[in-house]
Amino acid sequence: MKALRKYIDSVKPNFEEGGKFSWLRSTFGGFETFLFTPNEVNKGGVHVRDAVDLKRTIIVVVLALLPALLFGMYNTGYQHFRMHGILDAVTFGDIFWYGFVQVFPIIVVSYVVGLSIEFAVAQMRGHEINEGFLATGMLIPLVMPADVPLWIVAVATAFAVIFGKEVFGGTGMNLWNPALIARAFLFFAYPSKMSGDSVWYGNQVNVADGFSGATALSVANQTGSTGFDFMDQVYGFIPGSIGETSVIAIALGALLMLCTGVASWKTMFSVFIGGALTAYLFNQFGAESNNMAQLCWCDHLVLGGFCFGAVFMATDPVTSPRTESGKYIYGFLIGAMAIIIRVLNPGYPEGMMLAILLLNTFAPLIDNIIVGRNISRRKNRVKQIAK
Amino acid sequence: MSLSKKNKEALLNPLSINNPVTVQVLGICSALAVTAQLEPALVMGLSVTVIVAIANVVISLMRNTIPNRIRIIVQLVVVATLVTIVSEVLKAFAYDVSVQLSVYVGLIITNCILMGRLEAFAMQNGPWASFLDGIGNGLGYAKILVIVAFFRELLGSGTLFGFNILNYDAIQEAGYINNGLMLMPPMALIICACIIWWQRAHNKDLQEK
Repeated sequence: MKALRKYIDSVKPNFEEGGKFSWLRSTFGGFETFLFTPNEVNKGGVHVRDAVDLKRTIIVVVLALLPALLFGMYNTGYQHFRMHGILDAVTFGDIFWYGFVQVFPIIVVSYVVGLSIEFAVAQMRGHEINEGFLATGMLIPLVMPADVPLWIVAVATAFAVIFGKEVFGGTGMNLWNPALIARAFLFFAYPSKMSGDSVWYGNQVNVADGFSGATALSVANQTGSTGFDFMDQVYGFIPGSIGETSVIAIALGALLMLCTGVASWKTMFSVFIGGALTAYLFNQFGAESNNMAQLCWCDHLVLGGFCFGAVFMATDPVTSPRTESGKYIYGFLIGAMAIIIRVLNPGYPEGMMLAILLLNTFAPLIDNIIVGRNISRRKNRVKQIAK
Repeated sequence: MSLSKKNKEALLNPLSINNPVTVQVLGICSALAVTAQLEPALVMGLSVTVIVAIANVVISLMRNTIPNRIRIIVQLVVVATLVTIVSEVLKAFAYDVSVQLSVYVGLIITNCILMGRLEAFAMQNGPWASFLDGIGNGLGYAKILVIVAFFRELLGSGTLFGFNILNYDAIQEAGYINNGLMLMPPMALIICACIIWWQRAHNKDLQEK
């Protein structure tokens, strides 16, 4: 540790103003503060809100994603061998290794593309490197089908980082969740890879590999039943995007984020309430002929991207409302919209992505209304007192 | 043929630093609608050029006789006449394209570039200057349309003017797929934004303080 610190101190002057690599200042700063706690002291007035800075927050999110990621790797292999019907003949190691080989390149591509754009932009603007992408770069692979071509991952990541984030001013300024922008881009740009039928589970590429299949949601859309055991859906042994299938793994991540206070329980909670209530209403009053309306509300909650979206996407502090009561409204509407899209639009068996993006757009409006109401309420109180 | 400095500016500025689409942000609606392919985009650009130029000349000739209070209606009548003529000509000689353009030829009448130029330029300037201004603005509009359509058609359909560029088996087998989002209007907006971005980055005058 000491040697590393010494080395960094010895090369540091090169990167400071006037040094020969001063144009790489922000890159250097990014790495230095990644390795060591910054020792800079603010000289003017400071407004300390929390001892945990962005880097630590983001790292908690990445840690929270690990269970879903590891399970996703296992499940990728599991589904592969299940399709081949040789599940009994392979060991746990084989299954995990197959999934690892499929998933790991996607993560590498997402990080390399995203971080290079992030570094380049920070360098051009003379900003510090922001850590926001560490979480986004992990979220992007988790919402992709396991067999998505790598160049498509690269294009989607670049699109999401540039048009979803950097044009708005970088980390903390974006209107929409960049990982969902990447997914939405794929969804609309390459529908043959991610059409409504196999939206969380691409298929065409490795057909010879026995890697085809529809998601449980799209099966349910057609036949009215998912064809899977309810507990399998909770554990996550169903086809789907890499990170979304296991409710248990996602719950572990949710627990970590809630304990550390990184994610808001209000948003998370109200997404589930909104989803359950809407799905329940459809169960009661929906058309008999609409399979999705008749799908049990408990199935709706554990299938597709609902849990993953509720825990990791909807709670993104940048794109959700800042006001506490706004979070309830925001979460509730996400849950409700997701189910409404699933049920009423046969083209999109999965509505979570679109619901979150839609409510991201309205988050500032929700905040505005809440703040406005608060102001008028307090004004009234002042009037009452003055009387 | 040499042009005075003022006329030169009227002709050339709209192509670059005073472009109606990327700087004044006018005519965006049709730029989104007709740019999925190059051919309709080019025809649309040329139609607008012809209409702006002629309308500019006509209004410029009448500018001293038009009563101020009904000038918008007079301008509309002139533009509507020209749009109808162009629409009929397209139907007669380029039927396929006119079907592709559908209502957007008729909607040229609502294109802000037209009314903008008539109000801002033709009402104050002589016919020759107005003609150059119309040509300049029309071509400035056409230029952006063609650039946007170039990217949209190439990346979205893999063709240019309908000729096959990317749809060969070798390319498809390598894993390339045409980008469906390029064919949707939102992508035209994003490409427009990129052109604006590029233009402002290279033009200090256009950057806001």
